[in-house]
Amino acid sequence: MLYIKCPWCGWRDESEFGYGGEAHIKRPEDPDALSDAEWADYLFMRTNPRGSHRERWVHTAGCRRWFNAIRDTQTYEFKAFYKMGEEPPGGEQ
Amino acid sequence: MSQPHRLQTGGRIDRDRPLRFTFNGRTLQGYAGDTLASALLANGEHLVGRSFKLHRPRGIMGAGAECPNSIVQVGSGNATLPNLRATQTELYDGMEVRSVNCWPSVKFDLSAVNQLFAPLMPAGFYYKTFMWPKSFWHNIYEPRIRKAAGFGKAPDGPDPDRYDKHNAHCDLLVVGAGPAGLAAALEAGRRGARVILCDEQNELGGSLLASRAFLDGEPAMSWVDRVVGELAAMDEVTLLPRTTAFGHYHHGFVSLLERVTDHLGPTSPDERPRQRQWRVRARQVVLATGAIERPLVFSNNDRPGIMPASAVSTYINRYSVTPGTRAVVFTNNDSAYQTALDLADHGVEVAALIDVRPEIEGVLADRVRKEEIDVLPGMAVVDTTGGQRVSGVRVMRLNTRGDSVYGEGRTIECDLVATSGGWNPVIHLHSHPGGGMCYDHDIASFVPDQPVANTLNAGACSGNFSLDGCITEGFSAGATAAAASGFGSDDIEGEAPATARVREAPMRPLWRVPTRRTVTRSPKQFVDVQNDQTSADIFLAAREGYASIEHIKRYTAMGFGTDQGKLGNINGAGIAAEALGEDIAAIGTTTFRPAYTPVTIGALAGRDFGPERFHAVRKTAMHVWHEQQGALFENVGDWKRPWYYPQAGETMRQSLDREVRATRQSLGVLDASTLGKIDVRGPDAAEFLNRVYTNGWKKLEVGRCRYGIMLGEDGMVMDDGVSARLAEDHYHMTTTTGGAARVLAWLEEWLQTEWPELRVYLTSTTDQWAAISLAGPNSRKVVEQICEGIDFSGEAFPFMTWRAGKAAGIPARVFRISFSGELGFEINVPANYGQHVWDAVWEAGQPYGITPYGTETMHILRAEKGFIIAGQDTDGSVNPMDLGMHGLLSKYKDYLGRRSLSRSDAVREDREQFVGLVTVDDPAEIIPEGAQLTDDPNANQAPKPVPLAGYVTSSYYSATLGHSIALAMVKRGRERMDEIVHAPQADGRVIKCRITSPVFYDPKGERQNV
Amino acid sequence: MSESIRQESPLVERNTRARHQASPANAGITVRPRPFLACINLRGDPSDGAFTDAVRGVTGIDLPTTPNTVADGDQWRALWLCPDEWYLVGAPGAENDAVDTLEQALAGQHFAVNDVTSGMTTLEISGPRTRDVLAKGCTLDLHPRMFGPGQCAQTLISHAGVVIRYVDDQPTLELMVRRSFADYLWVWLEDAALEYGMAATE
Ligand SMILES: [Zn+2]
Repeated sequence: MLYIKCPWCGWRDESEFGYGGEAHIKRPEDPDALSDAEWADYLFMRTNPRGSHRERWVHTAGCRRWFNAIRDTQTYEFKAFYKMGEEPPGGEQ
Repeated sequence: MSQPHRLQTGGRIDRDRPLRFTFNGRTLQGYAGDTLASALLANGEHLVGRSFKLHRPRGIMGAGAECPNSIVQVGSGNATLPNLRATQTELYDGMEVRSVNCWPSVKFDLSAVNQLFAPLMPAGFYYKTFMWPKSFWHNIYEPRIRKAAGFGKAPDGPDPDRYDKHNAHCDLLVVGAGPAGLAAALEAGRRGARVILCDEQNELGGSLLASRAFLDGEPAMSWVDRVVGELAAMDEVTLLPRTTAFGHYHHGFVSLLERVTDHLGPTSPDERPRQRQWRVRARQVVLATGAIERPLVFSNNDRPGIMPASAVSTYINRYSVTPGTRAVVFTNNDSAYQTALDLADHGVEVAALIDVRPEIEGVLADRVRKEEIDVLPGMAVVDTTGGQRVSGVRVMRLNTRGDSVYGEGRTIECDLVATSGGWNPVIHLHSHPGGGMCYDHDIASFVPDQPVANTLNAGACSGNFSLDGCITEGFSAGATAAAASGFGSDDIEGEAPATARVREAPMRPLWRVPTRRTVTRSPKQFVDVQNDQTSADIFLAAREGYASIEHIKRYTAMGFGTDQGKLGNINGAGIAAEALGEDIAAIGTTTFRPAYTPVTIGALAGRDFGPERFHAVRKTAMHVWHEQQGALFENVGDWKRPWYYPQAGETMRQSLDREVRATRQSLGVLDASTLGKIDVRGPDAAEFLNRVYTNGWKKLEVGRCRYGIMLGEDGMVMDDGVSARLAEDHYHMTTTTGGAARVLAWLEEWLQTEWPELRVYLTSTTDQWAAISLAGPNSRKVVEQICEGIDFSGEAFPFMTWRAGKAAGIPARVFRISFSGELGFEINVPANYGQHVWDAVWEAGQPYGITPYGTETMHILRAEKGFIIAGQDTDGSVNPMDLGMHGLLSKYKDYLGRRSLSRSDAVREDREQFVGLVTVDDPAEIIPEGAQLTDDPNANQAPKPVPLAGYVTSSYYSATLGHSIALAMVKRGRERMDEIVHAPQADGRVIKCRITSPVFYDPKGERQNV
Repeated sequence: MSESIRQESPLVERNTRARHQASPANAGITVRPRPFLACINLRGDPSDGAFTDAVRGVTGIDLPTTPNTVADGDQWRALWLCPDEWYLVGAPGAENDAVDTLEQALAGQHFAVNDVTSGMTTLEISGPRTRDVLAKGCTLDLHPRMFGPGQCAQTLISHAGVVIRYVDDQPTLELMVRRSFADYLWVWLEDAALEYGMAATE
């Protein structure tokens, strides 16, 4: 059971949150300009890193805000939490 | 009811409180403070069960969580508890205990004949023998093995006991209340930190409960009593005896199991739950879990009466029980010398102290020799004799390399063997969240290495076995953890009690006593006694090419038992190192995973079971009325929705036919409150709806309603509903009942993450509005009668519009919409007035025979009209073209999922399409929902797999039409009107179906437009 | 409204009945339903002075902008729900006028006002075992050091979403719950309180 820091509400139990998968995937500006393969890449393909992973969470049972986190997929350690629209801290790629 | 092995004085039992219990039908007596194991030993009962595979006699071995043997069944009926460890089961008056894994009795066990075939059942035996022929496994091998093996019996009926969960937070969780844990809790507690101290035993004190050590010149338990007293008086300290920390997860989350009333027995009137699962979120965790003594491994080392030396000391010192009358002590280190002294001091003859070390020096050795105990240095026990109890040991000389025994053997008679092969730190909880460990040559075992965040190890579990060292480490860990939580500095404030430090001589690591013949040809040397796994099995695994300890574990089943190999695993790693010719430090241990000791499923479920609490139960404002009308309910999401309203003597079909006819012919009323409702407001509301729905919303006039479908970005239909424009910048959106929360989350995700520039607020108003849906030709007459301020004429209030007014005096929004194809109105009022307005509708509807209908009739009515239900007729793989909804796909804007609709797969011509079906042979036959469709009339006889043409999504009897109808997805279905498909049934029948339009009734939609 | 108009609380059947009734004197918890409290869901931008001024003009309250805090006024109380969302809670019956005046005061701005008086209901829980009972289904840290005067929080109690508000150090805590979950929550509380005793009062 992870402990997650909502940028607004503070530390809360994982059971209050929903997981939104990889963060910073921008919806293409002009979907029609994309080939089927490029559109499929946006739809389905995700990184699966061993180590730092930028991911989206939503505080479902609390303030209902979406936010981003950087989590180490090996140790489960959260390295950062940041609000939607903010740049990932520490120059994490 | 004598207790022949009970000492006259001493121990932590209450001789004024005798307790009666039965063991395999015989009545015995123990005392308050006993475990079941100590009470059995007091009565001379060593033999408690049979081993898992070979059915060898097995006795009580340990004195705590590590005991692999003392598995018993306690209690009877549905409250019976299988597979309890007698060593951790507190005795209560009237306890009924039975042995497991033996038949007909523990002393005469027919399966013991397995021992004769033991040479045929080596490691991997199950894998190799029973895999062929495959079909034999389920029908023959497995049931027989289960019958012969199998431990306790689970009850058949529901568990009558109560379980609970408790979420807790603390600055510091201390696991283990021995000397280190008590010191850590004291140091942090005095600083005002919130501390939880848990320990699996019934009393706090850990190893000190069975110790004869002195602290500050007094027996150690005096110090324990003072510390516990001080802790108990602190407001912010929670003491949890009888509580096992069984799982340590990430971010300071630790699961504890508190045995709240187990020690009171099943007849206790206590209202508390039997067990409570504590889910602790700790800022800091101090693990003070101690160490477990490992036995020495030698031939026939599994006989009852052979125990770890520390267990022998525990039974003597804590429970005042002597587990034998003539003992042999066999050790490779100093700690068992204390056991020899404990035995001698309590009148048990110590026939010999056998030490594998060639030279023995030190204070303890001197004291043992002073007791005139025969100390045999450089010797080892090579074999034992006995049947249901050990009767003697065979001793030989061990060479200096430790790889062979020689010389003239000597036999020593005894009924108790106390062995010590060193101590293993309990690193399980450190290991659970991924903490690393390394081999420590001084103690010949594994100690914590890589730290776990915010977690400290203190005392014996970190490899520090001296009493003064444990206490000092405890204070230090308490200070560090408290400081990290903001309470004081790292400097220790508390004062450690004075204790005499005993200098111990180095141990001599020995993983198994060498044998005269090869390992496989020697009498069995048990490593994991619960699973009958031997050193020969490990050698066999190595010979067969297994090199990783994880693979050897799985091949030999080492550590697979309910004890998880607490006694045997490190010995197993050492023997594997020998077999592979490698260093044990390189071999490592297997991974420790939760649970530390077994946890009953009930404690994990807590109170989250049964119809009231397994999930949330949501009710509408008119729920009580539905109940009073005799409605049966259907779960839709968490909601309870009326399913249908049977009248006296009606079958379900009769009820549905009546509800359908009444609605089509006059007036039906449905509680539609459960539909999701979202208030969408802001200058960009229309633009927002344009992006999330496939059709256009900007031109919808205020006062009008529109049906819309939402797609996922993959182009598949996600949800649908009718939304109304309340004002230029304001919409009232509805969703399906089950999809409400998902849709709101989906919309918020897009607004917050992708389109923050859109000025739109979404507010869930599902619970605010009670929705009363009237359908049927007479519905207008009723709304006209109960509403004020609305002109209900067809011209003033056309289909797919809404009006504000009052219903039965309550401000209302009335929507002229229809999911039945009939003239219909949906009245929305604040839910606190829902029943009031419903009552008014009911009264006004009486002249028209108003009939309440439930979800099943609603499904029939909409199926007659070919309306989909998202989630029933769609399954996440259906796009709008499949449904024939081309007209809802705007060509003038982008919307979520649009690009996916032109992917090659979406425009494939052989996709399944939404059609209707009617049965050909028997017009009334209802095709089962989910039935597969084929073009082959003889599909049941055809070679498999049969090519499929589609499947049925919805199927009903239509009283309106007088025959059954179904909705289905059929490949190229729209091109196949009037063609025949077949629905083969499990019973061999094939239902012949004709493909039709999905709209069965009033295809021009005239009835809803009147 | 006419005399014959009848409001119903979602706890219509259970208002004063606990299945395992204890007297308030020796009950571990006492549950007091507070039906029909006016409740308005308000959305708007708190950094926009025109918005906060208008709300203050109607309610007399400066909307709280610190997460999970409460602002109390004479007639209204505001609970922070998210950076641009609040509940305004007032006396029963106050909702209709308040919605109308808010709509007028905020006209022309980007905002949302929704009457959710019927959509929510409130339970007050007090007694020595209040925190122990809630801890059975709530992962929030309700220790007085962590959750005190002026604080509120949205969280889960078992499977029901709630807003918990600190009332006093009795301790008394207030739960706001969506109406459809109210009966479930009541049944859950009765069962959770079994070992301590639960009383229900008006
Ligand atoms: Zn939050």
